[in-house]
Amino acid sequence: MEITTISDGQARSPHLNPLEEQPANRLSPQAGKSLVIPRAGERESESLREIQVNEFEIYWQQLDCGFPRVGEVFADCMQDALVKLSGEGVSAYIEYARFLGKMGRGAEPILIFLEEWPGIARKSGEDALPAIAECIRRMYKSPNGKAITPFLQSLPSVVRRLPARQQLQEYLNLILDLMERTTGSIHGIHQTFASPGLPSLFKQIAVLLGQLSLAGLKNWVDYGVRYYNDHPERQIDYFSLQSADSRAVLQRERHGTLLMDNERKLDMYLRGLWQDEDLLIPYSSMFDELRQPVPYYDNLGIRLPDVYNDMNGVSGIDRYRATLAHMVGHRRWSTKIFADNFSPFQRMAAECLEDSRVEYLAMREYPGLRRLFLALHPAPAEDACDPERESGVRHRLTMLSRAILDPQHTYKNAHVIEFAQRFHALMQEGDMNTQEIASLAVSFVARTRRQSDQLARTHFKDTVVSYRDDNRQMWHFIEEDDEGEVADQHRKMEPGKEIEGLPPRHYPEWDYNNQSYRPDWVSVYENLHPKGNAADIDRLLVKHASLAKRLKKMLDLIKPQDKVRIRYQEEGSELDLDVALRSLIDFKGGSSPDPRINMSHKTSGRNIAVTVLLDLSESLNEKAAGSEQTILELSQEAVSLLAWAIEKLGDPFAIAGFHSNTRHDVRYMHIKGFSEKWDDEVKGRLAAMEASYSTRMGAAMRHASHYLEKQQADKKLMLILTDGEPADIDSKDGRILIEDARRAVAELDQEGIYAYCINLDPKADEYVKDIFGKQYTIIDKVADLPAKLPQLFISLTK
Amino acid sequence: MGGNMTDKDQYKIHQEPFYQAQGNEVTLYEAAYAARLPVMVKGPTGCGKSRFIEYMAWKLNKPLITVACNEDMTASDLVGRYLLDANGTRWLDGPLTTAARIGAICYLDEIVEARQDTTVVIHPLTDHRRTLPLDKKGELIQAHPDFQLVISYNPGYQSLLKDLKQSTKQRFTALDFDYPTSKLETEILSKETGMDADICAKLVKIGVAARNLKGHGLDEGVSTRLLVYAATLIKSGVEPRDACRMAMVRPITDDADIRDTLDHAIDAVFA
Ligand SMILES: Nc1ncnc2c1ncn2[C@@H]1O[C@H](COP(=O)(O)OP(=O)(O)OP(=O)(O)O)[C@@H](O)[C@H]1O
Ligand SMILES: [Mg+2]
Repeated sequence: MEITTISDGQARSPHLNPLEEQPANRLSPQAGKSLVIPRAGERESESLREIQVNEFEIYWQQLDCGFPRVGEVFADCMQDALVKLSGEGVSAYIEYARFLGKMGRGAEPILIFLEEWPGIARKSGEDALPAIAECIRRMYKSPNGKAITPFLQSLPSVVRRLPARQQLQEYLNLILDLMERTTGSIHGIHQTFASPGLPSLFKQIAVLLGQLSLAGLKNWVDYGVRYYNDHPERQIDYFSLQSADSRAVLQRERHGTLLMDNERKLDMYLRGLWQDEDLLIPYSSMFDELRQPVPYYDNLGIRLPDVYNDMNGVSGIDRYRATLAHMVGHRRWSTKIFADNFSPFQRMAAECLEDSRVEYLAMREYPGLRRLFLALHPAPAEDACDPERESGVRHRLTMLSRAILDPQHTYKNAHVIEFAQRFHALMQEGDMNTQEIASLAVSFVARTRRQSDQLARTHFKDTVVSYRDDNRQMWHFIEEDDEGEVADQHRKMEPGKEIEGLPPRHYPEWDYNNQSYRPDWVSVYENLHPKGNAADIDRLLVKHASLAKRLKKMLDLIKPQDKVRIRYQEEGSELDLDVALRSLIDFKGGSSPDPRINMSHKTSGRNIAVTVLLDLSESLNEKAAGSEQTILELSQEAVSLLAWAIEKLGDPFAIAGFHSNTRHDVRYMHIKGFSEKWDDEVKGRLAAMEASYSTRMGAAMRHASHYLEKQQADKKLMLILTDGEPADIDSKDGRILIEDARRAVAELDQEGIYAYCINLDPKADEYVKDIFGKQYTIIDKVADLPAKLPQLFISLTK
Repeated sequence: MGGNMTDKDQYKIHQEPFYQAQGNEVTLYEAAYAARLPVMVKGPTGCGKSRFIEYMAWKLNKPLITVACNEDMTASDLVGRYLLDANGTRWLDGPLTTAARIGAICYLDEIVEARQDTTVVIHPLTDHRRTLPLDKKGELIQAHPDFQLVISYNPGYQSLLKDLKQSTKQRFTALDFDYPTSKLETEILSKETGMDADICAKLVKIGVAARNLKGHGLDEGVSTRLLVYAATLIKSGVEPRDACRMAMVRPITDDADIRDTLDHAIDAVFA
């Protein structure tokens, strides 16, 4: 008898097969006191019924149970049992029911058992009883007696999903393990509590087993125990599938095509069909439904979601292939172009058309890809976006992309039609390159521009193409470039509208509990800080004119002395006369001369690159103790002075601010890039600085190091200005983010970056040392910050 | 002289076989033949080695005797043996002996398959002596001036144990063969089978995908021969995907992941 087809929600309904349909109305309201004899009219012979009645009577006595409700259903149950159980099985059935009836947990356990056991035994075997009984015994002996009823109620669904004895045993072990780990003292109070999560789990087990394999369930349970062991309410939320992460872990563990299981196949796909190879690195796609991480590749490998479900008739494995084909397309045919000359919308458009181009070329290699792309690419309805109320850029671009892909599209939009045609015409002429595609994109943006594109609300529906990567490989940023000549090019980015445009970068976070990284845990979105009034900053500098004067003197002392001579160069800028003469003498004297007769010059000393990383979390809006100004205002002054000072010294430096609103949304705001001058543009951004949200420090540091690392300097310094400890609203365990930041400092150290913290929290002693070791200063009189910060920098770098 | 006079003509190739040259192998072979140097043709299975020799024999207008070697083969199978008949015993030349007598090109296909002791009998034929001793018969044959020895050798999949002895290898000049470039292979397929070039190009594409997996789960890629089979099946009306699976995937592997990948390649190519 098979048990595969029915999807069940309720815990009780062991009868799947209509053929074994048994009396349905178990808890009938009939008010029989002791034993209800099978109803008249059933087609049994009188004599058989008599035998049964006698038999039932004996069992009833053995059961020795006084609950009236049990009496009501006993006859039905026995009929069922006699059909489904062996003789021995029936004895064990009565005997164990009797135990449950006397356990002191009311009528429910025995009722459920009587009703459900025959069906369960049919599926799992009668010999499953001892293991189940043992499980109940353990609950009974611990403070978990309350869980027995839900446990029994859940059993039919459990055996339906886990019919093999071995599986059932593993399940029971899992339950016992969960129970043991979650029962006990909470917050050190030595008193035993029942496992908060256990009964909730039983109520959800049908749903869970509907989606998870046993292994998946185990992981899901483990996660809940690990993270919520000390927190009864959260634990209940988790195990009753109420909390977001609980659903997210479920998502992660659920069925689908796992990358893990298909790596070899996908390696073969890359190698066989594309002659490409790379490490395939999974990221977890479990959490957030809104901001799903996007595939990408970098020099470590190709990043793909850990699981793909089938979608629109495309199997998970083919979705992986489509995604790989797309990325291979970029790897073959895309070249990096400079991002700095494009507005965010232009960039979006360029990315979108470049995606279409590489797919066009990929489909030319393998026409079968078209079926996959067509099935997976959304086809947004033409009128879905209300251009009065939302920004339609994504919507338009997705329509264009669809139109390019799908000759059968039904769009009427003249621009979409025209540009799809232009795209194909151009591709027919030659394959185009990324730069040419970008020009086409720019003219599309120009042609379709609308006032409402600037609206904060972007139309998102049906605009995500799940098999496309985030195109991070398509762009050069002047920022990242060490060549001087491009650095002067003016940045044309429109500040503030970046957030939708740039894909997030994912960073790991350190989980000290497990001593392991949670991979790709944090999403960092970067943007240019919005611009305010540069004159405000100039006013601040004027205000601190006398301080600036003092600083100037200190700066002059450490400013690099002009030129140093390097001698003994085979090739250099000029002849080193001394050495040359000596060589000549050697030569005349018959011995071999030293050819290193030139010298050259270089500017000495300072070769330091600095990133100033500003915590811009909500708490900066508070007034500083003993001052009329907020911490934010003081920081602004301090950073302005610092920037002025560093500029004087000529060290390359960058300024960025950060805050976070859960791990899904860490904002990293560029205020000054390494290649930018300390000019009005930058001052404007600094002037507009605002504080909100929380402080996920580790992620911000990792991201800052991503840029600082690329600087060519002997010494790299990251100054972190903060007013408190790392924290975020989704991180309850305060220790986690502290430990993560500490880890980040260690990572920076590995990369040759010296992290130094300027902390404005008088109570920082408790944690700052843990993170930064000795590399920190606490400034407890925040009002002094504008004077202290530049001085500190000077003394750090002299 | 023992044996019957053999009719040379039956070993001649009368119709020009289709052979698509991949490089200058034709000229090189002609030069080797002119000097009667033994030739070894190396390359993976089904890449056109046999076809090439056939073509050369036709071009040089020489008889060709081909021996497919196998592990059960003994020296007598090559050289000849006494057979019993009504009047006692009768000597019967083996194919190698026949070739040496009539001045044929003797092509020993997959020589490594034969046992080591078998291979040594060819040694005296390959050096300046150009002789073949028939020990059992007590005869020493001087090879006909037109005689040439050619062996084929697939370096890819043989085990180390079966490798040719250095002393054998060092007696041959060698021509390296490999699967042709996609363009050439497409031409070969369509000329060989009359299938249109578009389909042939697709078959080649799938073949290339399989060859890319060589060493990553596959010992040998799909041979040109198998591509020819697939094209032939399609030509005779079989659905292209089925033909590919039957002729190009199923024969070469039982590895599920590879099958799946190649099946996908077939779908990707035949949209
Ligand atoms: N260059 C070529 N010109 C014409 N046909 C070719 C060529 N290469 C391969 N073929 C085709 O491939 C088939 C197999 O080639 P052939 O039998 O010569 O392979 P082989 O290298 O001798 O293989 P093996 O090592 O298994 O004996 C031929 O029958 C022919 O159809
Ligand atoms: Mg892309």
